[in-house]
Amino acid sequence: MSDLTSHTPSGRTPSGTGLPHFVNHAPFDPYAIDSVNPALEKIYMASQWRMMWLRFRRHKVAVAAGLVLALMYLAILCVEFLAPYGQHSRNVDYIYAPPQSVHWTHQGKFIGPFVYALDYKLDMENLQRVYTENVIEPRLIRFFCEGVPYKFWGLVEGNTHLFCPPDEFTPLFLLGSDRLGRDMLSRILYGMRISLTIGLLGVVVSFILGMTFGGLAGYYGGWVDDLLQRSIEVLRSIPHLPLWLALAAILPVTWSPMLVYFGITIILGLIDWTGLARAVRSRLLSLREEDFCVAAQLMGASPGRIIFRHLMPSFMSHLIASATLAIPSMILGETALSFLGLGIRAPITSWGVLLNEAQNINVVALYPWLMLPIIPVIIVVLAFNFLGDGLRDAADPYR
Amino acid sequence: MLRYLIQRVLVMVPTLLVISMLVFAIIQAPPGDFLETMMAEMQSRGENMDQDKMDFLRKTYGLDEPMYVQYVHWMFGRWEGLEHKSGGLLFGDLGYSFEHNLPVSEVVGDRLMLTVIVSLASILFVWIVSFPIAVYSATHQYSIFDYVFTFLGYIGLATPSFLIALVLLYFANIWFGTSIGGMMDAAYIGQPWSLAKIASVFEHMWIPVLVIGLPGTAGMIRRLRANLLDELNKQYVTTGRAKGLPPLKLLLRYPLRISLNPFIADIGSLLPELISGSVIVSVVMSLPITGPMLLSALRSQDMYLAGSFLMFMAFLTVIGIFISDVMLALLDPRIRLGAGAEK
Repeated sequence: MSDLTSHTPSGRTPSGTGLPHFVNHAPFDPYAIDSVNPALEKIYMASQWRMMWLRFRRHKVAVAAGLVLALMYLAILCVEFLAPYGQHSRNVDYIYAPPQSVHWTHQGKFIGPFVYALDYKLDMENLQRVYTENVIEPRLIRFFCEGVPYKFWGLVEGNTHLFCPPDEFTPLFLLGSDRLGRDMLSRILYGMRISLTIGLLGVVVSFILGMTFGGLAGYYGGWVDDLLQRSIEVLRSIPHLPLWLALAAILPVTWSPMLVYFGITIILGLIDWTGLARAVRSRLLSLREEDFCVAAQLMGASPGRIIFRHLMPSFMSHLIASATLAIPSMILGETALSFLGLGIRAPITSWGVLLNEAQNINVVALYPWLMLPIIPVIIVVLAFNFLGDGLRDAADPYR
Repeated sequence: MLRYLIQRVLVMVPTLLVISMLVFAIIQAPPGDFLETMMAEMQSRGENMDQDKMDFLRKTYGLDEPMYVQYVHWMFGRWEGLEHKSGGLLFGDLGYSFEHNLPVSEVVGDRLMLTVIVSLASILFVWIVSFPIAVYSATHQYSIFDYVFTFLGYIGLATPSFLIALVLLYFANIWFGTSIGGMMDAAYIGQPWSLAKIASVFEHMWIPVLVIGLPGTAGMIRRLRANLLDELNKQYVTTGRAKGLPPLKLLLRYPLRISLNPFIADIGSLLPELISGSVIVSVVMSLPITGPMLLSALRSQDMYLAGSFLMFMAFLTVIGIFISDVMLALLDPRIRLGAGAEK
């Protein structure tokens, strides 16, 4: 430091002793200053999708939500196997049975998961069915057992279940039974198949509509854009639920439940595309002006190549995030429609159809377990919200 | 400002026209009309419909005419030359309810008025509740209460309002021993409006308003919190703090004012949400507002009744959005002066 202040032209320090001449023998690397350590370099060299994954992984809640949803979608593939009863199997001896609890120890001895049989008595004073546990004899729940026969996906016959009631005379209603003596747990599982796919299909419909209209408006601009903007404003200023109701009322009564199911998905998607279209449009408009896009244009790329090779990848991630955030509103919409009786109809079971039974206050007072389908609804809606938030944050990894 | 107002009103007219066409197309869409359904029903019971009345209805509402003619009659009424004869939404004639055998305006009664009251009360509720919570959450980010409110907000967003309505109904009954269903004491139903009646309405209104407003409140807290956080992280706030501005003044001066902007702009998305919510909640709680009657009208193809309700809800929303735009223009000179091109 001192030689900076008292520098002498001879290169000697004031004390008179000379410094040894320093030569670095390492090979000269002109880019040395630009190189980074290997860990950082990995990030710098990573592809866009890899970076998004790295960023998404940091969002713990979103990862957990994604796992929950993945599990649920896996589960709907094998509902027949997971549910102890069939979708419509009735047990007329046990109407409005409350949820049974699973016990592990009997008289202080561990014997594995079992239930007690239910004794049934009609309380004539309150006109209420009263079920009491018969604690004398424990009945073990069977696993990987043969039970109610089913047709797997309506094709392959089978009767193996993950777990079944102990025997023919002892029911297993872990979440209670409804007014026809049907097992709530099995019905919730079967309902999951409809409720989860309806959100997905609905979003596909609105995705296609939103991409097309938003893409057209963003690409052509001008009066096409104005027209789209105005129609979106009109659609958005009509409250969704009444509109859904009115459209659902159009579906003819003569349609089969399956057709109604598809009709409802289309109706849900038909109203909901506006948000996505707006997202596509604004992304396209801003991306069109980006340097890389202009560069591609100057190099003579065709519009098709620019859109699909350059623009699409950079807004696809955003679109997926907004689509994920749109799914919960579809699921809630279906639930509301079916709850009001204008959505999916009885032979097909969705969570909304199940909740339709919980419409009056007696249910809350007497059979609160009929409201249980609300819990998976809340879980799924929350999971999609968290997942969507995580994806949205990850969609812009360069920030 | 005046120019902006006029421009805004002019945009509203075609919007409402398009909406009315859409609504008419939707209520017309089910195959057959109400008279045919009713005829079939009566014949199956061995009765016959009064032919005179049939003809009268057909003629009055021109059910045998082509669709666009019916639309014009429904919207603008009948004209002979330049003289207005009868009907038309524009002239306040909502049409005829086939199911109730009465003009729609008589069937509807207080319902429209009560819908407006409930919607206004819900908006007020959303504002009053979400504002302090959002400001607190943003200024105390990652504090315990922030987490609590965020969690509650997520639950509020994810829980269908009809379930909250059911559960609240039940507990209100247990805790307060009152029947909460309905909008007023039974004694006032059908009575003309008086102070006592209004008081009774307010007494009964808090549960529906709470239930209808809850999802909107949750969303509003989330948005306002995010906006305020964005603003608080900007450099001018740091500079202000470094220069020793008192925290409260620092908060109120600019960040809060700027983040208030979306607070008002959001009425546009809040109002349709609230009205959607009110439909389902009113069915569960059997409130005498538009919901239950709209549902039954849709089920029985009572097209003019259903159409009036749909039209009314859309009208309410469009007006709401208009008011929010005007308020926004008052608040934000950039919009007022038409420099909206800025991204």
